[in-house]
Amino acid sequence: MLSRTAENLYWTARYVERADCTARLLEMGYRMQLIPTADGGFASEWESVLTAAGARGDFAERYGDAVERNVVSFLVFDAANPSSIKCCLASARNNARAVRTALTTEVWEALNRAYLEFQELERTPRSELSLPQICDWTKRHAAEVRGAHENTQLENEGYRFFNMGHAVERGDNTARLLDVKYYVLLPTSDMVGGGIDNYQWTTLLRALSAHRAYHWAYGGDYAPSRIAHFLILNRACPRSLVHCVNAAEDHLTELSRVTGQRTEANDAAAALLAELADAEIGDIVHDGLHEFLGRFVARNADLGQKIADSYLFGKV
Amino acid sequence: MKSRFFNEMYDGDTVRPAYANLTQWIDGHPPEHFELKRKEAETIFRRIGITFAVYGSEETSERLIPFDMMPRVFTETEWRKLERGVKQRARALNAFLWDIYHRREIVRAGRIPGDLIWRNEAFEPAVVGTSPARGVYSHVVGVDLVRTGLDEFFVLEDNCRTPSGVSYMLENREIMMRLFPDLFRSSRILPVDDYPQALRRTFASVAPEKCAGEPTIAVLTPGSFNSAYYEHSFLADQMGVELVEGPDLFVDGDFVYMRTTRGPQRVDVIYRRIDDPFIDPLCFRPDSLLGVPGLMNVYRSGGVQICSAPGAGVADDKAIYTYVPEMIRFYLGEEPILNNVPTWRCSEPDELKYVLEHLGELVVKEVHGSGGYGMLVGPASTKEEIDAYAARIRHDPGDFIAQPTLALSTSPTFVDQGLAPRHVDLRPYCLVGETVHLTPGGLTRVAMREGSLVVNSSQGGGVKDTWVLAE
Repeated sequence: MLSRTAENLYWTARYVERADCTARLLEMGYRMQLIPTADGGFASEWESVLTAAGARGDFAERYGDAVERNVVSFLVFDAANPSSIKCCLASARNNARAVRTALTTEVWEALNRAYLEFQELERTPRSELSLPQICDWTKRHAAEVRGAHENTQLENEGYRFFNMGHAVERGDNTARLLDVKYYVLLPTSDMVGGGIDNYQWTTLLRALSAHRAYHWAYGGDYAPSRIAHFLILNRACPRSLVHCVNAAEDHLTELSRVTGQRTEANDAAAALLAELADAEIGDIVHDGLHEFLGRFVARNADLGQKIADSYLFGKV
Repeated sequence: MKSRFFNEMYDGDTVRPAYANLTQWIDGHPPEHFELKRKEAETIFRRIGITFAVYGSEETSERLIPFDMMPRVFTETEWRKLERGVKQRARALNAFLWDIYHRREIVRAGRIPGDLIWRNEAFEPAVVGTSPARGVYSHVVGVDLVRTGLDEFFVLEDNCRTPSGVSYMLENREIMMRLFPDLFRSSRILPVDDYPQALRRTFASVAPEKCAGEPTIAVLTPGSFNSAYYEHSFLADQMGVELVEGPDLFVDGDFVYMRTTRGPQRVDVIYRRIDDPFIDPLCFRPDSLLGVPGLMNVYRSGGVQICSAPGAGVADDKAIYTYVPEMIRFYLGEEPILNNVPTWRCSEPDELKYVLEHLGELVVKEVHGSGGYGMLVGPASTKEEIDAYAARIRHDPGDFIAQPTLALSTSPTFVDQGLAPRHVDLRPYCLVGETVHLTPGGLTRVAMREGSLVVNSSQGGGVKDTWVLAE
């Protein structure tokens, strides 16, 4: 398979996943701002949402105040922000168009529909458009692309690269989402055990559509270490870090079996997976969740780079 | 009243043999049936149309070319003659290309003025003395033909570089078979769907000597923003070969490779759909981002075959065109089967005089122009336009040729009022490799406006399926 084809498939999936995650991030910010705070006002979580999106500086320069309307403009509709949902959908479609023959009609049509319908969404007056509507719309279309791919695509090399894109992007995003609220998971926080941080945990889980799943997995109460465990170390949770790394590692192993060569990407994925497998949630929290997540994001990015070096730019 | 245009369906009131079965079949169905089918075709095309449109240069702005459900029909006898003529031309053009890049016999023999070749923009000094596999330069020759009588065909022009439109030939047939399966069962129409395989075999047969085993073929496209991208990806897909862009290829030592997930893979034959000046920035235009640095060196040393070969364009130049009958006699020792349109070369003083005196009845073209730009159509022009054009001709006579306005044949076409005659032309695609192959069919373009002789899609032209009936 041409390296460019693999690269385009990989990035198509990453952009779709990124649009999905941006929607989830926004949903979380939206729900959190509805919580009354102890001092009589409301919590503004938009700053931390922008921090998690890695776009705080950009935003401040162009929009100033982090109020809902501005944040939505920036993260959903802004053509100048490469991570906005608009740009992600356009980038995903552009990548797919360049390799049109490597995708089934259903996958292409799902991508094309998302792109075309977004233009309609843009024409709708903002007053008639609620943020939850936008978030649902985005998640629905991302699911449609992923579903069409799973249902119709041949499980060949291209399939691996596409799904690897999902896994790498999703790991990155879960880590960033967790980081927004890392302090509510820390036992040293003053607010622990209060009604408010309970609500914040639920919100985090809801944004990841993992709120019911958490109950199935852990039963009753929210506990910081359990939530952290769920989103970092639980293999059954489809958004957990270990799950994502595990998926990437699986696809890489499958690729090396087909191509007959192991690459440094295989080694990087295996090392990261082994580390997560051995980790204890107590140690992670004790040593600093924020630091742990920062390290993970860097390692995950390094894995992405090694995938690119090994396959996507073609070895010369 | 007898029209001065040849009607391909009717001879007076009698239906010609080619259309006999078709007419009977049409008469056997009520008009509503065709209205229904027209809607069905529209639905199918809208679906495929999405595919056409998204490959366009601007997101959704690419126009669809109108498709006419009424096929254009040839009998096998008619076709066999066309076939011999087209193949003859394709062989002569390739012999000519070999000659002018080697011993230049035809110039020495005084049959073609050397200046016409050496000073031609499409002549490529960089490949003088280079010998492509099997001596073939133009592997896909598109010959544009018009019909003016029962047994009269004229060649309008040759396309030796990378003629486009063959995807319409294949798609139009697909649509027709889907719409009218019963018609295909009763009519015995020669199939065209072997074209991609024949194309692949042609390329495989011109693999360079250094290639051992099954050659790797790739289609080189300028990218998804090119208006013909759909055709590039369609052909790559149908042939089962990779569709590559310049940056996917690189030169290492004596060979060219594509970057794959399994490391570099050698490419032996490149069907390039980019123009000569863009092939290799080291050899031609240094600002080209579409090409592959070093590719020409690999080509000249026999490490890769480029199709069509660089420099092939000189054979389809309008000034060279007038000498094609000469080439056929010179290289093949045969008489041309297909006629050239009589052409006056303004570079010759006598002919220039005639042209200037008869501008009102002639079509005058720029020698290096294409796509109908910079033309004067005498009968359709005002006195002022003709005078202005005459001044241009006098300024540089060598830049112009003139031809009579041709009486293009008509073929029945569905219009709002039902079936009506409309003017058509034809482009068959001749493949030249180890063998010379012509798929029985081609691209028929039709001028949808009543009386119009202009079939170009930019001027409201449409396309038809082209049938050759088995005998």
